[in-house]
Amino acid sequence: MSKTHVTTTINGDVTEFLCEPADTLLSVLRNELQLTGTKEGCGSGDCGACSVTVNGRLVCSCLVLGVEAQGAEIGTIEGIESAEKLHTIQEKFLEHAALQCGICTPGLIVSTKALLDENPDPTEEEARYYLAGNLCRCTGYDKIIRAVLDSAKVMRGAA
Amino acid sequence: MDDITTSRPGVHESAVKHVTGRAQYIDDIPEWPDLLHVATGKADRAFAAILSMDLSAVRQSEGVIDVITTAEIPGDDDIGPVYKGDPLFARNEVQFHSQPLFAVAATSLRLARQACARAQIEYETFVPIVTIRQAMDAASFVLPEKSFVRGDAGVAISEAEFSLRGEQYVKGQEHFYLEGQVSLCVPDEDGGVLVYSSSQHPTEVQKLTASVLDMPMHKIQVEVRRMGGGFGGKESQAAALACTAALFALRTGRPVKYRMPRSDDMVQTGKRHDFWNRYHVGFNQRGEIQGVELDLAGMCGYSPDLSEGIVDRAMFHADNSYYYDSARITGYRCRTNTVSNTAFRGFGGPKGMIAAEAMLDDIATVLQIDPLDARKANLYQPGRNTTPYGQTIEQHVLPGLVDRLENSSDYRNRRRAIAQFNGSASHFKKGLALTPVKFGISFTAKHLNQAGSLVHIYADGSVQVNHGGTEMGQGLYTKMVVVAAQALGVHERRIKVTATRTDKVPNTSPTAASSGSDLNGMAVLDAAQQLVLRLNEFTAGHYGVPIAQVSILNDRVRVGDVTYPFEEIVKLAYLNRIHLSAAGFYKTPDIGFDFEHGTGRPFYYFANGAAASEVIVDTRTGEYRLSRVDILHDVGRSLNPAIDLGQIEGGFVQGMGWLTTEELSWDIDGRLLSNSPANYKIPTAYDVPEQFNIALYDEDNNEDTIYRSKAVGEPPLMLALSVWCALRDACASITDYKFRPAMNAPATSEEVYRCIQVARASMQ
Ligand code: FES
Ligand code: FES
Repeated sequence: MSKTHVTTTINGDVTEFLCEPADTLLSVLRNELQLTGTKEGCGSGDCGACSVTVNGRLVCSCLVLGVEAQGAEIGTIEGIESAEKLHTIQEKFLEHAALQCGICTPGLIVSTKALLDENPDPTEEEARYYLAGNLCRCTGYDKIIRAVLDSAKVMRGAA
Repeated sequence: MDDITTSRPGVHESAVKHVTGRAQYIDDIPEWPDLLHVATGKADRAFAAILSMDLSAVRQSEGVIDVITTAEIPGDDDIGPVYKGDPLFARNEVQFHSQPLFAVAATSLRLARQACARAQIEYETFVPIVTIRQAMDAASFVLPEKSFVRGDAGVAISEAEFSLRGEQYVKGQEHFYLEGQVSLCVPDEDGGVLVYSSSQHPTEVQKLTASVLDMPMHKIQVEVRRMGGGFGGKESQAAALACTAALFALRTGRPVKYRMPRSDDMVQTGKRHDFWNRYHVGFNQRGEIQGVELDLAGMCGYSPDLSEGIVDRAMFHADNSYYYDSARITGYRCRTNTVSNTAFRGFGGPKGMIAAEAMLDDIATVLQIDPLDARKANLYQPGRNTTPYGQTIEQHVLPGLVDRLENSSDYRNRRRAIAQFNGSASHFKKGLALTPVKFGISFTAKHLNQAGSLVHIYADGSVQVNHGGTEMGQGLYTKMVVVAAQALGVHERRIKVTATRTDKVPNTSPTAASSGSDLNGMAVLDAAQQLVLRLNEFTAGHYGVPIAQVSILNDRVRVGDVTYPFEEIVKLAYLNRIHLSAAGFYKTPDIGFDFEHGTGRPFYYFANGAAASEVIVDTRTGEYRLSRVDILHDVGRSLNPAIDLGQIEGGFVQGMGWLTTEELSWDIDGRLLSNSPANYKIPTAYDVPEQFNIALYDEDNNEDTIYRSKAVGEPPLMLALSVWCALRDACASITDYKFRPAMNAPATSEEVYRCIQVARASMQ
């Protein structure tokens, strides 16, 4: 099968890759670009482990084709921290012990950032509703929600 | 300066890697260019003879490098963990829908799957057994039934003032570990294989891989750094992937990865058992149970797998926290043409407990008392402290714990407020329940209650800890750092816990039965104590002081009145040829069970807890919300409160999923219908209440466990029984609690709606 040449921006860096028409953005990120922080939990758009942003919009990368990344701005977990400094959301996940096995964590952090970019001051209910697409099988979400609301508070203060 | 205590809320040792995406799970290991990917051909019958299997088109398919069936297995093709009965690939007969028939290794997963679809298979189809009732009617069992008997329950029930019967159907549960099953195998230069496995039981993966490949165990190394969740689903179920990938690796000389896509994982790996429970109970005016007859029938699937112990544990927990004066508890292990059901957090315990909780609610309804009072009347207490299997409850935690939760959750006032609310004309009804949990800690298979460790102090003073337990998110490695630091008297920063490997610690037990910290913690302690003794003896001799004047504390070595940096003493010890590595070992004392007579002391101790849950139900639709949860849970003296609280929160929510929204369903042909997260709903952040109050009940473990802590992995799951009881309570409120409809689990909105209809009908 002939491969398609795609030029895109990932976490601010212009990136090129070759992919087959059926390859998902998730498999391109993980297998072509070695950005394995984005996880596959289901491959069917139901778990949020593969969450990334495309042009600022939160999507499941398992439901996006690699070729759709052409010309787009992609944001992944690897782009959340800056210059070796953890993002506030990451710090808060640590502080609140909002993780166990950690495999849902990158997706949750990407989703939390998307939430707070959209709505810097969510109510608890709004946060729970927004993050309902990110499944976590280990925690009971309580510490995650505490981390999210605490992040929002700190980020509002910092803004 | 640095405070080293066992009760410091520390962060998970991998947390920074988790939040940055750097934590490496097996599928994240960079792929070799010649890596092969595995897919399996699946039966599309639940019970059939295989008349012919033509794989020529499979072999010719693009990208295919190798194809194997049972005929290509050089050693034993049966990977049953305890009993035989689990062929790696179907032999002549299909035993469950989607059973693997053959496997393909190809240059990509897509090509491997594409090839599998080209197989031509002819079957002679038989009528499958797909329900417990069918199996009971046909006397189809994977193993014989067992009973625990004390006194004559039949007589006690007939002589009791009151008696009642009930039954319930309790469905199983899909693990839905977020990381699916996966194994990566790399052939080595000696004809052996290095196996990376997402497994809770590396030693068993090693043993089964060796036996499938027909080679000694020493040629197989298994490494497990971390799993993306396990929950029991990777205790026995991970082995098939490793065995298959290892065989391909050996045959092709190439690295091989077998990762199950979610759609395969859900249909091909075992789940929590369905149970059909029936009870007959006699009790007095005070609600005290005088006799119980309980039949617990578990749906094991086509093979024994771990079902012997799972149904045993349902029997061991059919008393939950209550004293049964006389009892007959019988467990059946039903054989069905479905995937072989397996370990899942609680290991049968939840299935026995839910029968007890339903029974207590029924008793309260007959006597028209608050269900909490019925429960309190039956809690084990001094004088009424022997379980139906003869173990004496030595530490009575629950009476005090339940009282405290009753107060802190404001149970009585809320009960009154709810009665008032439910008396109004609203379509909404509220339910409330406070239920206890008592969970026995130890493997009931005695030989598994052992563990090993390997601790090295390097010449620069850094420490490496290895042990036989596996990390699946529960924080075991983090707790082992706490144990080693405390035992060595050094700072946690010195210590690194490395990936679990069968060549570092051999012959390990599965990380299961909540035993991880208890067993491995004691083994790490043993190794650390040996090292401390060696170091202290050396230091005393070197400085010419009595050993009593030497100690290691706060990262420094004290010699009389002088202290030295730890690394300085270590360096000196090394130069003086002191052995700075130790292997530790532990076996749980004072346990044993006579399975023939059904009596003994199977558990070293019990972990306890209680939860109060409140729900609000829309009686027009059966839809509901959980509005508040209060939990008080006994973890002994916590090794790490943040981790323990996380286990409690997560266990509760997982249990809540099992009892509310997670519904497994099969069609009559034995095909799993709930085969994806789109039709199998685990809880989301939106399903968990904002009022979720969890507290630890601080009371040291009576037994000499690691720093007097208690196991915490499984027990909290069963706290969620309070949600199920609260939903039933809301349904009963329609009849002013005169009648409590029997409720199955999960209590989906449909099931709650059905119960509401039954409750309404009872009033006509
Ligand atoms: S992997 Fe994309 S949503 Fe689950
Ligand atoms: S921490 Fe394991 S799935 Fe969320």
